[in-house]
Amino acid sequence: MALHFELVTPERLVRSDEVYMVTVPGTEGDFAVLEGHAPLMATIRDGNVLVQMTPNGAPETIAVRGGLAEVNARGLTVLAEHAE
Amino acid sequence: MASLKALKIRINSVKSTQKITKAMKMVAAAKLRRAQEAAMAGRPYAERIESVVASLAARAGGEGASPLLAGTGKDQVHMLVVVTSERGLAGAFNTNIVRAARRKAEELEAAGKTVRFYTVGRKGRVIKRFYPTGVVADHDLSTMKVARFDEAKAIADDLLARYAAGEFDVAHLFYAKFQSALVQIPTTQQIIPVSVPTRDPKLAQTLTPALSNDGDAAVEYEPSEEQILADLLPRNVAVQVFRALLENAASEQGSRMNAMDNATRNAGDMINRLSIQYNRTRQAAITTELVEIISGAEAL
Repeated sequence: MALHFELVTPERLVRSDEVYMVTVPGTEGDFAVLEGHAPLMATIRDGNVLVQMTPNGAPETIAVRGGLAEVNARGLTVLAEHAE
Repeated sequence: MASLKALKIRINSVKSTQKITKAMKMVAAAKLRRAQEAAMAGRPYAERIESVVASLAARAGGEGASPLLAGTGKDQVHMLVVVTSERGLAGAFNTNIVRAARRKAEELEAAGKTVRFYTVGRKGRVIKRFYPTGVVADHDLSTMKVARFDEAKAIADDLLARYAAGEFDVAHLFYAKFQSALVQIPTTQQIIPVSVPTRDPKLAQTLTPALSNDGDAAVEYEPSEEQILADLLPRNVAVQVFRALLENAASEQGSRMNAMDNATRNAGDMINRLSIQYNRTRQAAITTELVEIISGAEAL
């Protein structure tokens, strides 16, 4: 099953995809989100978000700066101030 | 009666003015489309931040909350952040924003409050004329081609530093909300302390279905709710300023397009009127000449 992942910056919606797993750099440590993750809200530190499309695929790296990650029933939303 | 030559010169000058206004109108129309797209692209972020702030503020509020949420406990010094454009020739766009700000300032002064201004953009500097000592800062937008978040963040950081230093108690943001190419509404919004939208349960449901459905206990916070809120509130100020910049950019172009459309049409009317006058004058000259020739021939 796929996880719905959205990466939003103030300037635009960077990504909106169905992915397998996303690793988020939280302020209190990295955490990975799979489909069906418990609701969570966490601030993120500057770092890389790793997006894995398939269980064995190579992760895709997106550098983000400052923001918030929210996991709810709809999926994972990362609100970043800046994303590359 | 003006001479033929003077009329011709006049017509040509109006024609070149018309060409300029027409070109400006078309440039504004093209820029408007881009500004509108940028405003649309910025919406998801602003909406989500807002809904998160609203839901957190409703729970984490109360005593001990951040001054950005609870205020300084005073209501004496008001900061009016007036966002205008860098360029004129946009109809009443800047005038309307400045007028809204002045009206608010007069209202506040009548209530015995102190008013300070923070102008953003060149066209807001006229406020200095009415309140020579009231303008505490001026943010220059001349290097900004498209609204960038960094710019909004710089303004917000400056504001927050001043707020932390106790320079003011309440901040209002003035900009023109973009409704359509024809309608831009001068808008006032309180940004510090954050005005939390009233928790209408039905509205909250539609805005943040997941947030409200997950219930209060189910969501895990990392770090604590208070810390997230403390991190989020300054960011929210920047987002609000950024939104004002975006809305303003779209409004400015819409307003300019409109003003230039009117100017082009006016020039067209003027050219028509002058052409008729020119043709009449020319015909009169020809008639006079003919009469002279005929009477001369008859005299022979």
